[in-house]
Amino acid sequence: MSVTGPRLQPTIFELGRSGRGGGKIPHPPKDALDRIPTAARRAVPPALPEMNEPDVVRHYVNLSQLNYAVDTGFYPLGSCTMKFNPKLNEWAARLPGFANLHPMAPDAAAQGTLQLLFELEVALAEISGMRAVSLQPAAGAQGELTGILMIRAYHRARGDSERSEVLVPDSSHGTNPATASMAGYTTVTVPSAADGGVDLDAFRAALGPRTAAVMITNPSTLGLFEARIGELLTAVHEVGALAYMDGANLNAIMGRFKPGEAGFDVMHFNVHKTFSTPHGGGGPGAGPVGVGETLLPFLPEPRILREEDGSFRLERTGERPTSIGRMRSFVGNTGVLVRAYAYIRAHGGSGLREVSDDAVLAANYLKHRLAGTYDIPHDRACKHEFVASAATIKKRTGVRTLDIAKRLIDYGFHPPTIYFPLIVEEGMLIEPTETESIETLDAFAEALIAIAGEAATTPDLVTGAPHDAPVRRLDEATAARQPNLRWRPMTGVQTPCPD
Amino acid sequence: MLEALGLTSVDQLFEDIPPALRATRLDLPEPEPELHLAARLSALAARNLTDLASFLGAGVYRHWSPPAVDQMLLRGEWYTAYTPYQPEISQGTLQSIYEYESLLAELVGLDVVSASHYEGAAATAEAALMTCRATRRDRVLVSRAVHPHYRETLRTYFGGDLELEEVPLVGDGDAAGTTDLAALERLLGDTARPVAGVIAAQPNFLGLLEPMPAIGELAHAAGALFVAVVEPVSLAVLAPPGEYGADIAAGEGQPLGIAPQYGGPYLGILACTDALVRQIPGRLVGLTTDLDGQRAFVMTMRAREQDIRRDKAASNICTNQALLALAASVYLATIGPHGLRDVASLGAARASELEQALAAVGVPRVHTGPYLNEFAVRVPDAPAVHRRLLDRGVLAGLVLAEAEPDDPSLADGLLVCATEVTTAEEIALFADALGEVLGGRPPTAVEAGAGSDRRIAAGGVR
Amino acid sequence: MSVPTDLRYTKDHEWVRVDGDEATVGITAYAADQLGDIVFVELPDTGRTVDQFAAFGVVESVKAVSDLFAPVSGEVIEGNAALAGSPELVNTSPYDDGWMVRVRVAEPAQLDDLLDADAYDALIAAG
Repeated sequence: MSVTGPRLQPTIFELGRSGRGGGKIPHPPKDALDRIPTAARRAVPPALPEMNEPDVVRHYVNLSQLNYAVDTGFYPLGSCTMKFNPKLNEWAARLPGFANLHPMAPDAAAQGTLQLLFELEVALAEISGMRAVSLQPAAGAQGELTGILMIRAYHRARGDSERSEVLVPDSSHGTNPATASMAGYTTVTVPSAADGGVDLDAFRAALGPRTAAVMITNPSTLGLFEARIGELLTAVHEVGALAYMDGANLNAIMGRFKPGEAGFDVMHFNVHKTFSTPHGGGGPGAGPVGVGETLLPFLPEPRILREEDGSFRLERTGERPTSIGRMRSFVGNTGVLVRAYAYIRAHGGSGLREVSDDAVLAANYLKHRLAGTYDIPHDRACKHEFVASAATIKKRTGVRTLDIAKRLIDYGFHPPTIYFPLIVEEGMLIEPTETESIETLDAFAEALIAIAGEAATTPDLVTGAPHDAPVRRLDEATAARQPNLRWRPMTGVQTPCPD
Repeated sequence: MLEALGLTSVDQLFEDIPPALRATRLDLPEPEPELHLAARLSALAARNLTDLASFLGAGVYRHWSPPAVDQMLLRGEWYTAYTPYQPEISQGTLQSIYEYESLLAELVGLDVVSASHYEGAAATAEAALMTCRATRRDRVLVSRAVHPHYRETLRTYFGGDLELEEVPLVGDGDAAGTTDLAALERLLGDTARPVAGVIAAQPNFLGLLEPMPAIGELAHAAGALFVAVVEPVSLAVLAPPGEYGADIAAGEGQPLGIAPQYGGPYLGILACTDALVRQIPGRLVGLTTDLDGQRAFVMTMRAREQDIRRDKAASNICTNQALLALAASVYLATIGPHGLRDVASLGAARASELEQALAAVGVPRVHTGPYLNEFAVRVPDAPAVHRRLLDRGVLAGLVLAEAEPDDPSLADGLLVCATEVTTAEEIALFADALGEVLGGRPPTAVEAGAGSDRRIAAGGVR
Repeated sequence: MSVPTDLRYTKDHEWVRVDGDEATVGITAYAADQLGDIVFVELPDTGRTVDQFAAFGVVESVKAVSDLFAPVSGEVIEGNAALAGSPELVNTSPYDDGWMVRVRVAEPAQLDDLLDADAYDALIAAG
């Protein structure tokens, strides 16, 4: 097959040549490995590419040019909160005092970081109205698992072995039911009401002595605030179950709604959404959890404690026997948490409330601009995101949301989230965030409106999109049927290490 | 925008929050302009003690990360990009992940490498769950010589219907500190409770080399899968899991050019044989073509993942450690296979020097079996000695009594390591300080000041 | 476009062709179309018992996944080995080369619980 286009790159395996590279590490003494038994030694050196640094740099710089990123353009991905990633945070995380600290260094050597993490816990607790926070989970999904495992521990401690179900609305993010399964629960999916919110009657019918927990996203994955949340939480607690809030949409409600005060028992935060830490092409993130009084004893270990003299220490292993234990090695994705801390301190309480205000205003503005052209299934004020649908466009022209999304690429925009949540036909979940100018929002709206027009007049232009991207639509079927997941060298020659 | 919406206040957009549930204030410290915030952050960072002669490993290792790595990572096209769900505009991320999968496949000797998991412990826990799904059995054996954090994480993930049991270590002789094969065989022999998977680490937590082929044979003979916990730099010189019959490899990718950062973000390595590809959690990137026949890369076999499979997904993982997989790739491309081998070999050489220097002041190894670059030594009242060495600018490894409180044989142990960044001066400082702490002599002024200026800053990716 | 008249159908879009005491099972063109390009089919081992209307396997496309529900109870005689290398047969030939399992029918009366071609056509027309 042909290898490269004007901007595409060969792989590093194709670029490497025997004998290239070097100059980074001194040569070891010849007998360095003599004491390692031959049986434990590697028989054949790994066939990694040998490249000179200039070629390495060009390779990764050129590859980077094939990426769309927040730093290159607008990314209205619903449920992802693609806000600007402040550059101060990158500087802060790289300070040698933070970057070079070993996670098992004695507490006395880690006072700066421990103080930062402790203050971050306090801030997140205040933002969420929760009693305490653990920063340990490495991502939102791991935060979800942490929360559900704490709920499981809570029921076990009460001697209740009947609780086998977790309830989720049908609009829930896929991680919710997947988390419930990992914790050994059966997921019961409850249909939503016509207005997009939870169907209170359906929930009440499903709640019972087998319910361990409900997992609710608020605002919902449709970008709508759950007006009936108070009644729902009452109903949940009445049957002895606990309420988990998926905090992915926290960007909509900071300073306006505190889940812990409203009655949620536990929630997770996505710091790579709400608190501006970068997405990195898929990660890393961090998924701290906040808990109320009920689940406090079960938080993962080790917690960060402040002593009477103002110093900080980590809990010792086994110091708090009610803990569910560790979710991972060491204390957490500290480098990511430093960034979140910097963001929160830069904004303060008033700034974070303004962030939510601006995010909600931007979403409502965009919804208003698109309302004549696209179906808006829920005709009320949204929060930080909203769903638009191309169902009517599809009926009239055959052009689908997928095609519209691909055509947006030709207009220089990243497509919004498509076909999620699953309950809206031909849906687009659009979240502008608070860090975009009105000019950008207008340009995006105009592009979507133009594409709707193209769907009627020149549909092939839309269904054949993208036309201006580095690659066209991909053969995903073959990729899944005959997976090629690693590069295999064209020749089998392995270069021996020079001695 | 308010005008366009016909509103007078943004408060009107929040009227659907029931009044009884509305928050009134956010009680946080006042916002800070960048100048002040930068000073605050610098002051916090300065409170940490990172300018020490460090011999601490225990799963996270200091290595020289060529500055080219971090400079690539500072490009916004890499770190501010999202998950590559729209492949046409994400070929950079997608190709770099494919290259990462390929590089790790070479290192571990297994064909399928996930695009990353969180870190070593969670990756190992998910590997254990894989063995249960694949064999439809519910009992897993883990060697006591696997990192204590990993075993604790396994226990948390296994808290339901699944059974986790630890395999004891050999108590004395040359194999002391490694997995007890006879005990393993006995545990595997309980046919009433068949085993899904056996987990062992190479090198193990105590730095020792394990009889991995033998462990694998015992596991397979009982119909169990074999999970090898690996350290990637060591794979330049040690036999990889693919060579000794492991079905799954899990481990921590931090040593591949990623800075310690007090716990993360790191890089969870998870790899498996082709036969297990449908069981592996996490994203996979594959090679394909586009409409014009152009070679391109795309996330594939997505039906395994939570957004499609939901409650039947292999795992709930969504966000991973993609940027760190990129860091590891750039590190490996820059260092190259010979460089990586030199890193591992130099570490071994420095560790030999460290062993000799400590022995010379009367502190021998606890074990006698072969190690690569990390080993345990015994000192009387190790916690106190460790504290006094810290005062002298030496981070004398890990106090094993704190990490393994239930193992009396490690009661006075310190787990120490050396890498290519360890210098002869640091080793001398450690040995001299240790000798004098044990001998009771106060340090000289020269010794007290010698530690602070020599360490190569182990730079790297955050 | 209506479905083959010599087959019977479930509400979940499986079809069954009966020949003596052997039944061949697959999914309908409508189902294959809804799923999109099929990339993988997970079938039960030979000898396993399947129960009517219980899940016996999984069919995966690029963007979706669906359980397969048995139209009749019985013992699995054979799974279609061709699907391992060519899952696209389910899209191109859903009623012939894209068959999934052959089952020895345990209770022939169960066929009465299934839809005939007209009833299935009506089902998918109703959306």
